[in-house]
Amino acid sequence: MYRYNDIDRELVDQRVAQFRDQTERFLAGELDDEEFRPLRLMNGLYIQRHAPMLRVAIPYGHLNSVQLRTLAEIARRWDRGYGHFTTRQNIQFNWPKLADVPDILALLATVEMHAIQTSGNCVRNTTTDAFAGVAADELLDPRPWCEIIRQWSTLHPEFAYLPRKFKIAVSGSVEDRAATRVHDIGLQVVRNAAGETGFRVLVGGGLGRTPVIGEVIREFLPAPHLLTYLDAVLRVYNRFGRRDNKYKARIKILVKAMTVEGFAAKVDDEWQHLKDGPSTLRAEDIAHFSSFFVDPDYHLKPGAHGDLAQQAGEDRGFARWLERNTRPHKEPGYRSVVLSLKKTGVPPGDITAEQMEAAADWAERFGFGELRVTHEQNLVLPDVREADLHALWLLAREAGFATPNIGLLTDIICCPGGDFCSLANAKSIPVAEAIQQTFADMDYLHDLGEIELNMSGCMNACGHHHIGHIGILGVDKNGEEWYQITLGGQQGEQAALGKVIGPSFARARIPEVIAELLQVYVALRQEGERFVDTVHRTGIAPFKEKVYAAHH
Amino acid sequence: MPHIIKDGEIIDDGWLLMRLKEGLPAPAPDAAEQADVIIPLSLWRDSAEWRERTAGRTGVWLGADEAPDLFPGDWNDFPLVAVDFPAFTDGRGYSIGRLLRERYNYAGELRAIGDVWKDQLAFLWQVGFNAFEIKHGKPVEDALAALKSFTGHYQSTWRQPEPLFRRGIK
Repeated sequence: MYRYNDIDRELVDQRVAQFRDQTERFLAGELDDEEFRPLRLMNGLYIQRHAPMLRVAIPYGHLNSVQLRTLAEIARRWDRGYGHFTTRQNIQFNWPKLADVPDILALLATVEMHAIQTSGNCVRNTTTDAFAGVAADELLDPRPWCEIIRQWSTLHPEFAYLPRKFKIAVSGSVEDRAATRVHDIGLQVVRNAAGETGFRVLVGGGLGRTPVIGEVIREFLPAPHLLTYLDAVLRVYNRFGRRDNKYKARIKILVKAMTVEGFAAKVDDEWQHLKDGPSTLRAEDIAHFSSFFVDPDYHLKPGAHGDLAQQAGEDRGFARWLERNTRPHKEPGYRSVVLSLKKTGVPPGDITAEQMEAAADWAERFGFGELRVTHEQNLVLPDVREADLHALWLLAREAGFATPNIGLLTDIICCPGGDFCSLANAKSIPVAEAIQQTFADMDYLHDLGEIELNMSGCMNACGHHHIGHIGILGVDKNGEEWYQITLGGQQGEQAALGKVIGPSFARARIPEVIAELLQVYVALRQEGERFVDTVHRTGIAPFKEKVYAAHH
Repeated sequence: MPHIIKDGEIIDDGWLLMRLKEGLPAPAPDAAEQADVIIPLSLWRDSAEWRERTAGRTGVWLGADEAPDLFPGDWNDFPLVAVDFPAFTDGRGYSIGRLLRERYNYAGELRAIGDVWKDQLAFLWQVGFNAFEIKHGKPVEDALAALKSFTGHYQSTWRQPEPLFRRGIK
């Protein structure tokens, strides 16, 4: 894990001081709402329905146990005892007081954390695969590149006031778990025929109002040129992106207007001036950043299979959890564990202070003190010995962390929705809960297999509904909450946007509609076929027929 | 005389800034006017009279949508170049300033004008601006301190071309 040096620390402290000054000037009336708004957003502070919401950055989803305990402390002291993990691997607090925020930031700074650029029209937290560095299917570790990008993007003086927000994701594995195709810039770490490391560069992806799958503008960017090339892309966007209409200000609109080829050519022109300049990464620089992400000493805790097979054979509950909530590890004898934050009755992604502390303890007891946040809003213990899995399962079950539903229908990705967010058209949390309650039968859920259900309370798409196998979007119809359903979206290498099946539904009907969609799937599926694959094979017609026919 | 911030100090400033009024013809230079004037870049391009003026010094200002690459001359012929910020959230001027310094090697006074105040100064300084006309009504003294908001930077900037990772700070 990356550790701060004196400069990192000094920068974060100075940002806290700067924000304290900005907050004081606002409270003293020297800055008006309009002036303070962009300044507070750039530091993750929203004004929400009930109170300000503070979004804290978790760079590329990496946390250590000390940091997680500090988040628990913040939840207790300044919030109502819980936090909420977001689809961008950050954490949000929904109840702090504005005047307390500088103190919260000061406490975060003591554990190398901050809220810099977690909102606003600037480069946001870079995201990556939650299993980076431990995944069995990893080709190249994306984390050193994430840290290089984190430093480059943090307080970048040229790109602090972009036309709109800007999100970068990095992936280095076979399966793209970082959703690189739906980011402003997606970087896939690859190796060319000569064995050199580099990046496939995609631009212009994104969800929101106008969902677009990103397109490749460079098949192979040699690694040393990463930062000069990013500077070129950002400069073209900063200068030419639209600023007259916030709904047309994302880079995807500029790429469409210029065409992908035109945009790539413009970036290339700009890059020719920057290429080989001082931001070029030398081998020693790359080695320096990589040195923070070496493997822990797995031999200190020798992996052993123990009696895993036997334990699973004796206990169906454990077997199920093992199957759904753990993942293969590159190191034999280890697995990564996903702690489910999708328990029925709890808003997806919410975590209590007690759970944070418990997870921090387990990270130290069973792993190497590290944790990850997934963009599906769950928490990961990356390195757990197989021999410890049963003990961990028992503890996790007690703490409400072990619902064996990872990747299943009830592992819902969900934004805070109308209960908290002032942008939302409709609530999302009660809908998620109604679905979870309807599908409480674990046998049925497991039989249905992998289904990603994503829900957003408005078209800003924080719940990534476009790429859900089943997507639910809250819409406002004459002041009432209605829900539109899309089918066939998916993340990953085969990223696709879901298709709207038809007119929207009243909230009360949603669980029933989902049940009908699943009946169609069960009737039509072929051996071993996932829900989304059936949708792609048959098209949406049979699903549509079922949910609309029944009520006419 | 209005105060501006230049090279880290508050100074009296004698330059007159000319903004054209929409629909009205651009004024010709007054032969008797000996003051230093900052005129729009477009006026400099269109008016030989302004280009040949000798009574006082003449600088130019660029709008946020004006590309420094479209000017065929040598920027160093100007004693002062200003860049307009129509809104403080409009970041185009940061790229313009950096291009003027880094690509066109402009060495004279580079002034930020328009919706410019305290919270932008540290970054504007990094990309190459050395003078700031603080928006009317915003305190100038308070803004001065903001130049020192950050003592370090990760990135390559005009002030510090070597990024942090090349400076041996590990």
